[in-house]
This record gives sequence, C-alpha cells and structure tokens, in this order.
Amino acid sequence: MKTTTLVRVASESIRKNTMRTLLTMLGIVIGVGAVIIMVAIGQGATSRIEEQVNALGTNMIVVTPGAAQRGGVSGGAQSFNRLTLDDAEKLKRESTLLSAVSPVIFTMSQIIGGSGNWRARVWGVSLDFQQIRDWPMETGEFFADADVRAMRKVAILGKTVADNLFAGTDPVGQQVQIRNVPFTVVGVLSKKGQTSTGNDQDDIVLVPYTTAQTRLAGFSFIGQILAATSSPDDIVAAQSEMKAIMRESHRLGDADDDFTIKNQNELAEAASGTAEVMSYLLAAIASVSLVVGGIGIMNIMLVSVTERTREIGIRMAIGARGSDVLTQFLVESVVISMAGGIVGVLVGTLGAFIVGQVTGWTTKTSPEAVAVAVLFSGAVGVFFGFYPARKAAALRPIQALRYE
Amino acid sequence: MSTTIAASPSRTESPATGARAPLIIQTSALSKIYESGVNRVHALRGVDLAVQEGEMIAVMGASGSGKSTLMNILGCLDVPTTGSFRLDGEPVEGLDVNALADLRNRKLGFVFQGFNLLARTSALDNVELPLLYDRSGRWKNSRQAAEAALRRVGLGDRMHHLPNELSGGQQQRVAIARAIVTRPRLLLADEPTGNLDSRTSVEIMALFQELNDEGITILLVTHEHDIADYARRILEVRDGRIIRDQPVADRHLAVDDLAALNAEAAAEAPELTVSA
Repeated sequence: MKTTTLVRVASESIRKNTMRTLLTMLGIVIGVGAVIIMVAIGQGATSRIEEQVNALGTNMIVVTPGAAQRGGVSGGAQSFNRLTLDDAEKLKRESTLLSAVSPVIFTMSQIIGGSGNWRARVWGVSLDFQQIRDWPMETGEFFADADVRAMRKVAILGKTVADNLFAGTDPVGQQVQIRNVPFTVVGVLSKKGQTSTGNDQDDIVLVPYTTAQTRLAGFSFIGQILAATSSPDDIVAAQSEMKAIMRESHRLGDADDDFTIKNQNELAEAASGTAEVMSYLLAAIASVSLVVGGIGIMNIMLVSVTERTREIGIRMAIGARGSDVLTQFLVESVVISMAGGIVGVLVGTLGAFIVGQVTGWTTKTSPEAVAVAVLFSGAVGVFFGFYPARKAAALRPIQALRYE
Repeated sequence: MSTTIAASPSRTESPATGARAPLIIQTSALSKIYESGVNRVHALRGVDLAVQEGEMIAVMGASGSGKSTLMNILGCLDVPTTGSFRLDGEPVEGLDVNALADLRNRKLGFVFQGFNLLARTSALDNVELPLLYDRSGRWKNSRQAAEAALRRVGLGDRMHHLPNELSGGQQQRVAIARAIVTRPRLLLADEPTGNLDSRTSVEIMALFQELNDEGITILLVTHEHDIADYARRILEVRDGRIIRDQPVADRHLAVDDLAALNAEAAAEAPELTVSA
C-alpha cells in the first residue's frame, strides 16, 4: 500500500471514532504539554540563575577555605578555615594580574540604631570590595583606605537594613550599635535584590575588615577572599597565579591545596548545574504523564483491534498481508500520538507563557524541547501501538472473518 | 442492466464444455485434519476436484459436511493437511501466508453471506480496497476501475453511499463489485443469497449468471436447491467427501424467473387497486 493511502485509511478510521480518538489524544496532549511547560520553567530558571551570578560582579574570583575535592582524607579541625589576612595581603602585594583583593570576615549581629533594631550579616571587607562586587552607593561614600588602616568604626548599610532602621530618614552620619560598639554610618548601598536561592543581598552591613577583626569577631580567620582582574581574559592566568601565591603562603610543599579558587563562570556553572538537574527532574516527572498517555493509546488500539476483527478478516481475505494490517494499525496510533504531540506543543507553549505571566517566573520554550517532544510522542505511538498492531496482523483470516 | 439479461438466454450452452478449457481448480486427495486436544476431526477425506474455466458450480451439503473447509482451502484462506491443490495452474501447497494473501488478491474474488462490507466506508472505497493491496502494479487508476465495477453491477448512481444507506441486495452488489474489480480467475460465493429475500436472491443469481456468461468461473455454496439449480454443475459434500458431482439437468435462468415474478406482480396490482 502506498504511504498516502495508508495515511488516508488511518485518518478515515480515526475520523469514524472521533470522540474516542480525541480522548486518547488528550492523554498525549497533556503529556507533551506538561513536558514543554516543565522544561520551559526549568530552562527559564537556569538562565535566570546565570544572569544573577553574572550580576554578582565582573571578573570576580573567589577563594574559599577547604579543598574542592570531596572524599578521601578529612583535613580535621586545623585545616578548617585556613584563610588569613596574611593570605589576602600577600595576594594583593604579589599578584601582577589582580586589580582588587578583599578579605571577607563573616559575622552576624543584632544592630541597634535609628528607630529600632535588626539582625543582619556584618561583613568585614576592604575598600576593594566595592569594585569587585561592582556595587554602587545610593547615598554617602564607601569607607576610605584611611578608615581601614585606622580601624575606624564606620559602617555601610545595605538597603534592607537602612530601610528597617532608618525608614524615611537619611542614615548617613547617624550612629548604629553593632555588638554594643557604636559605628558611624557613612553610606548606603544601592539595591541588588535577591539571589537565585532567595537570599536578600541587601540585608547586610559592611565594615572595614580591620575593625571587624579587632572589635567584632575577635579572630583572624576569614571566610572568603574576593578578588577581581581588570580584564576577563586574565581570569584563568590570575587563578593559577593566585594558586601559587596561596600555596606559598600556606607552606604546603607536596600537600594538596587546602583552599579552592573559583571564577565567575565556575560559580555560574555550579549554580545553573543545580537548576539543570532540577529541570531534568521536572521533565522526567512530566514524561510520566506522556507514558500514561501512551498506555491510553495502547488500550484504545487493543479495543479497536478486537472491535475490528471482522474488518481485519475482510482485508486479509481480499489480499492484505499481515504486514499491511500491522502498518495500518501502527500508522493509526502514530497519527493519533503525533497529532496529540503537535496540539500538546501548542498547549505547552501557551501554558508556559501563561505560567510566566501569572507567577512572574522566567520561562523559556526551546525549539529543541519542542522537537524532542513531538518526536518522542511519535515514538510513544510506535512503541505502544506495536503490540496491538502485531496482534491484529497475527490474526488468521478464517477466524477473523467468522468473528462476531 | 436489463438489456444484458435479455441477451443471456441465447447462450444456454456452457462455454466450459469445450474440451480444451484450462483448469481453474485441480485438487487431488485433498484432506484436512483438525486436531483439538486428543480429538482428530477429519474435515476433508480425499477430495479430487477439477473445475474448468467458465464453469458455474454449486456446492451443497449439510453443516459439518466439510464444505466450509473445502471453500476455505479453495479460497486460499486455509491450507490442506495433505493432498495437492493447483489454482489456475499454480501450486498452492507450501506457500507462506504472504504468498497466499497475494494469490487471493490476484486470482480470487469473495462474496459472503453477510456481505462483509467495511462499515462507514462508501461503496466506492469498499470496491477500491482490493486494488490498494495489489502488489503487481496492474492497476494504474484504481478509482476508475472501482467505478467501472460498480457500474457493472448496476450501482453507478450509488457510488458514494454508505453500506447502511443501501438495501441488502444493493450491499451484496457492492460486495460482488468488490469481488470482480480485480478481474479474478475464480469467484467464490459463500451462501450469497442467505440473507436476502427470494426476489432479491433471484436478482443476485441473475447477476452471477451474467458474470458467468462473460467468462468468470463461479463456485458458490448454498443450502437451497432452487438456488443451486441456477448453476451448471452441482457438487454434494458429505462427511468430507464429494458424494455427488453432476451437471444440472434443467438449469434455471434467473432472468426468466424474474420475468415471471414481474408478471405475477403485475397481475396482483389491479387487485390491489380494486381493494384500495
């Protein structure tokens, strides 16, 4: 039988059972639609995370304590938090490629001032921090080199902290108490918003790291060293230079690194990697409904084969081969599933758009996802249509003709 | 249609009686044994049959006599357990299911008691169906061939009707058109008038006789003697054997019977008008 004839015969028998076919198709429509919506949400999240990581600052390199490798021998207590101010100063002094280096001392404190009190992160940083994070001021000034050297008690408030303590008034020049130590507010940072993980970046107070060390934290270990190059092309070279300086500073000899150096892209990859895993997970869950839709097709095709046993007998009597009957039923199930797939793509694309509008999430329908969904629905038709079709083809003409 | 029927009585002599007509069916020692568990059922016990081109044969027999099995084997729907069968000179035994399907398509036409048309499919599409399964590439324009076959059975004005919009007789005509559209060497009819009233039966038999006069070999199964009398030769099957095989002495012509029926109806008509 010619292909056109096959498709015609298949569409005719589909047309003869409109209601049943539409319901069967609905299973595939929902399956494909769900896959497309889920993938769109997942990919939207991935691209949004990438954007946000890039917004952290340009050309940023982060040194964190502890080796990147997991497993193997644990370093024990001494190796934990092995970043010191000496490391940061050595990097700043010896590196030829870094344009900015800032240690970050993490603490958390209740902050009293203005109209009330507020618990926030307090970070001890150097004045390079502003350049590294590419974070402009809203009002006031960032603290000066002299403030750092003299360990002055000056503080810069994030937008959230400023809004909570000094609603409606300008905090610059006002006093806040951090762990009972009075600080003078010299500036307020502009709003950066939330990170992809929901952290409010503006819920922060910056003080000179020297002040943080002597007045607040009381220890000389630091949580992170942030650095930046002036050009993105230098990042990889800067990373290896930093590694050498850090190894020397820590006198590691033959030992493994006890720190990790990551650049912006690696951070972005780590973050978007998580989102990608999530989008695969979403797609996998949605695929389950596609499989259920496929089982619906198989069910209906089995009913159809039984119902049309006599028709199969007639076709065989007048010269249809088993393969003709097999192809006819297979084409029928593929037509149902492909048609369902195409409608599903439309529904899914529209659904992803609506989800994006309603929730405000970024959704991204990719042509690849659409192509895969349609091809996959076709494959579902072949896979789930094959057993019923083979059952039809294996009928013996005499018995099929006699079937009531 | 009526003109061709009027022409047929002149050809009372069978073309099959010519000595050199080729054999359409030739079987020797055909037997079929069904095994169900421990039971062995001998449906056929050595059937020797020769049918020449142009014959019209009625097969009679009680149910369980083996005539259905014989028809299935002659129709290449089933294969014999032992014995040989040549259809139009081609040996059938040993062919696989695909070769049998192709053979049915090329050489056979089937007409069934229950018409067996595809439901919700137009008369034209039903008739065209066998041509779509053709693998020899004989049919350049299957649509035209199907239309010609429908016109041949007198349904030129019903081509796009669905089976449920047609009377029983018309449905059987569609089935006959579907059977002859491939120009088969043998037309097999399994109780073709079993579901029809007597007048329609005679009409269908008239069509069969016409087709036979045109040279198509016909083998039909029937229970009714007056239907069998329209054939040229009668076979009687009992217990898997042919127990009687003889030409029809007093062959009926369906056209004559139809004319008689029409005359009766015309005679009754005035009475009807009187009573009305």
